Amino acid sequence: MIDDDLKDQPSRVDGKAKVTGKATYVAEHRFPNLAHGYLVQSTIARGKIAKIDSAEAEKQAGVIRVISHENATKLSIPDRPIPKPFYALTSPEIWFNGQPIAVVVAETFEQARFAATLVKVTYDELKHETDLRKVISKGFASGREQADRGNPTQAFADAEVKIEGEYSIPIEHHNAMEPHATVANWAGNKLHVYDKTQGVTGTVNYLAGAFGIPTSDIRVMSPFSGGAFGAALRPGPQLLVAVMAARETKRPVKVVYSRRQLATAHGYRPESIQNIKIGADKDGKLKAIIHEAVHNTSAHDNFSEGIVGVSRSLYACPNVKTVAKIARLDLQTPLWMRAPGMVSGVFALESALDELSYKLKIDPVDLRLINYAETDPDNGKPFSSKELRECYKQGAERFGWSKRNPEPRSMRDGHLLVGWGMATGTWPAGQSPASARVTIKSDGTALVESGTTDIGPGTYTTMTIIAARSLGLPIEKVKFVLGDSDLPPSPGQGGSTTTSSVGSAVQEACGLAIKEIVDGLGKEPNSLFNGVDSADIVAENGSIAVKGKPNTAVTFSEALKRIRQDNVSVLHRSAPNSGERGKYTIASHGAQFVEVKVDEEIGVVRVTRVVQGTAAGKIVNPKGAHSQEMGGVVWGIGMALTEKTEVDNRFGRIMNPNLAGYHVPVNADVAQVDTIFVDEDDKIVNPLGAKGLGELGLVGIPAAIANAIFHATGKRIRELPITPDKLIA
Amino acid sequence: MRSFSFKRASDPADAVKSIAADANAKFIAGGTNLVDLMKEGVEQPTSLVDISRLGLSVIRGLPGGGVSIGALVRNAETANHPLIRQNYPLLTQAILAGASPQIRSMATNGGNLMQRTRCAYFYDLGTPCNKREPGSGCPAKDGLSRYSAIFGWSDSCVAVHPSDMCVALAALDAVVKARGVNGRERSIRFADFHRLPEETPHTDNTLAHGELITAIELPRSPFGSRSNYLKLRDRASYAFALVSVAAAIEAGQNGAIVQARIALGGVAHKPWRALEAERFLAGKRTEPEVFKQAAEIALKDAKPLKDNSFKVNMARRAIVRALNNSIKRGAAAK
Repeated sequence: MIDDDLKDQPSRVDGKAKVTGKATYVAEHRFPNLAHGYLVQSTIARGKIAKIDSAEAEKQAGVIRVISHENATKLSIPDRPIPKPFYALTSPEIWFNGQPIAVVVAETFEQARFAATLVKVTYDELKHETDLRKVISKGFASGREQADRGNPTQAFADAEVKIEGEYSIPIEHHNAMEPHATVANWAGNKLHVYDKTQGVTGTVNYLAGAFGIPTSDIRVMSPFSGGAFGAALRPGPQLLVAVMAARETKRPVKVVYSRRQLATAHGYRPESIQNIKIGADKDGKLKAIIHEAVHNTSAHDNFSEGIVGVSRSLYACPNVKTVAKIARLDLQTPLWMRAPGMVSGVFALESALDELSYKLKIDPVDLRLINYAETDPDNGKPFSSKELRECYKQGAERFGWSKRNPEPRSMRDGHLLVGWGMATGTWPAGQSPASARVTIKSDGTALVESGTTDIGPGTYTTMTIIAARSLGLPIEKVKFVLGDSDLPPSPGQGGSTTTSSVGSAVQEACGLAIKEIVDGLGKEPNSLFNGVDSADIVAENGSIAVKGKPNTAVTFSEALKRIRQDNVSVLHRSAPNSGERGKYTIASHGAQFVEVKVDEEIGVVRVTRVVQGTAAGKIVNPKGAHSQEMGGVVWGIGMALTEKTEVDNRFGRIMNPNLAGYHVPVNADVAQVDTIFVDEDDKIVNPLGAKGLGELGLVGIPAAIANAIFHATGKRIRELPITPDKLIA
Repeated sequence: MRSFSFKRASDPADAVKSIAADANAKFIAGGTNLVDLMKEGVEQPTSLVDISRLGLSVIRGLPGGGVSIGALVRNAETANHPLIRQNYPLLTQAILAGASPQIRSMATNGGNLMQRTRCAYFYDLGTPCNKREPGSGCPAKDGLSRYSAIFGWSDSCVAVHPSDMCVALAALDAVVKARGVNGRERSIRFADFHRLPEETPHTDNTLAHGELITAIELPRSPFGSRSNYLKLRDRASYAFALVSVAAAIEAGQNGAIVQARIALGGVAHKPWRALEAERFLAGKRTEPEVFKQAAEIALKDAKPLKDNSFKVNMARRAIVRALNNSIKRGAAAK
């Protein structure tokens, strides 16, 4: 549902191309004489390949070659002890069930897929372990150790009111619509690749390292992405395999993961077990937080996400202990998945705070206000801006929170129990160096280019809006191009930093392009532009003028004519103002209010209403932001109620690798979602004043839903997802 | 490439003849399950015979008040047909509780009866499964069994039948009409159509190879709107049942139950009729306490597995709810 105040805002500039099939996704790209690679995956979880017999497969019509570690040419990667990243087809070692172990290259996809079923693999199998509970005792420090603040153990022991609980979250998969895919072509020494990736520059560097070739010989493109959510932050095995196969067969090769295969194509949100203890005084003041977490990594690599860190800075609490451990399982290495670590930690912390509110008989919002962190309690720094209090206030008003009866099981709608719950969310507002090129053309249009990616949040649109606003052009006159490593380098899309990083580069580059024109005009005799500072130039309606002197207005076309240039093009690299930023803690914040209706007898929960309050600086792209925050709610409904990757520990194998068995929410699971954006005037974060919000919208939702379910039923479910069986038990 | 021949049958006799000689030949109509299974490599037919143009696409009333539903009528059309909506709202509800609008518009009624279990091990060629590969074992029994059976399973197989439509057909005492190689048509009671796994779980039903479902017949229903299909699942739509219940009640002038029907989905290798509970309900009053007792009887022989003991309680409550809903719906319709 689009609110009235959004209806005049710009829509996605790439929307029409996407819904009419004109946006070309990775697997749709072709090179002449294209061959197709289909992956063979392991069926054991740990051991070594004894033999790969591909004779039968190679006899089949259309099969060009079967490539495995036995015959693949060696990569230029150093042999390292554990921890080390996984490189497909480089060794007989099996690290996880579903590991790519060979690729069949054939003339058609169907030929390759069939021949792949004929590749016979024998293994020397070793005992495997995929059950986190069995390896908790072998957990080791994740590299995120931080010293205790105060004396948490003593403070907890002395606290007047105490709560403690164990929280568990299963493995979850991103399940993007678009599968991981690569199309690779070697033209002599030059490598041209279409790849599903969240960062084209990172992919170039990875390939340069693996194949020992200069980055200047590699071009990686990824102009459109059918969702990624973190799943394409690490180069996928299909990338290495496709490039390898193209080199070996001297043909362009396309490798596309099938839906079933995707479960091990990339990582996932790791399974985690958390224990949290909170001590408070009778007035609700937090005295101690002890938050411990362990999550799995793989047998060969170390992956860790910051689950417990949020407990150090979300609330003012003098005594805090956090412990973060990882433990090895024989599974694919986990990977960043929307709001990684944060959403898991917040589920435990915000569930625990909710539990505390009942024990203290203090309203959940009031309890958070009592412990509001005016400055970052972990380092004493001020926040660059933090309108969280206003998020609570406006969110509660819109939701009607004041009508809540605090007693669990007290609110009803017919035979349904009604529950109202809330939670807080936060996400750090990072910024990285990024570059952009802005070209103002004689026809009065502008081309803006940056080698970033758009995995769906609306980066095409957001950058177009920033450039149009900076240049004073209607957005129809601005074209923004991304997803190509030949463009000015920018960071990959991750961590909700693209608007901040690339947006700053675009805005600054636009300013510099105008300045170049102004400087040119200033050289004309008696020019009123002579020596005028950029800040005193007004760019609007396709013209620039000296502020306060409207008669100086000149269109870009005319200005370019007058300075005798076809165009003005500026390449600019922007960097965060680290010195100034370093004095502050910079983060987005949000408050989530959720209504559930529970049919307790049969265990059915429906999320009937959500109000999502967000404070993320200046909102550049209002429709995109609304869509992101709504998407976070939908994701949170899935995490809270339905999503779980099922592993059969006897086989070490993922058993629901498809969209029928892995339940993401469907339309019928999502009802009313309202978004509120609280404006923040933040001069510190970046020149745009914009913070990220892609991850933020999810962070508090699972906890808010679990809290609403408690309010409805009196049942505190600490194990996600909250499926019907857990409520009727 | 895994190739197969494809032929479009001209009439039912041609269809039957076309696959009778080849044990690996299969009929294809909507293809909503078979094509998936072929992509996964679970089904590997050497020959497909397209039966979608045989004309078995009519729904018509039968003398005496029943209805004949053509095997090739699409699920969506069946659910929305006036004769079905009017006289068998239970069937309409059950069909609309399954799959998605797109799938229901492709899937045929005969195909719905023939769909195979969604047990995760059945679909995964990387694990054993007696249904897919007889003799290889059943990992579901001691493995991920949240979706598995609580009734009628064997050591060989704990899979459940995935259909919603079939649960309603079981409750309504449907009869399956099938044409055999000899050209004769036979009638199969719905209760005898699907089978329990026993030692041969690779066989889902009692059709012989080459037999073609031509129609499904429903006797006149005394239940009308006094019926309810209740499906409990992990999300609001597009998920298979954890437990589903098709309930129907015929009440006499004095308010007492003349007869009741209870069929369960998601609990066994076939739609599971709770016959003893039905007998218990006959002559009783339509009261919640009576329904609770019926639900107790219906579940008393349940044998849950490692992950699905919740299904016993869930099914009990679903039965009570569906019976109550039946009474309410009946009252609302008057």
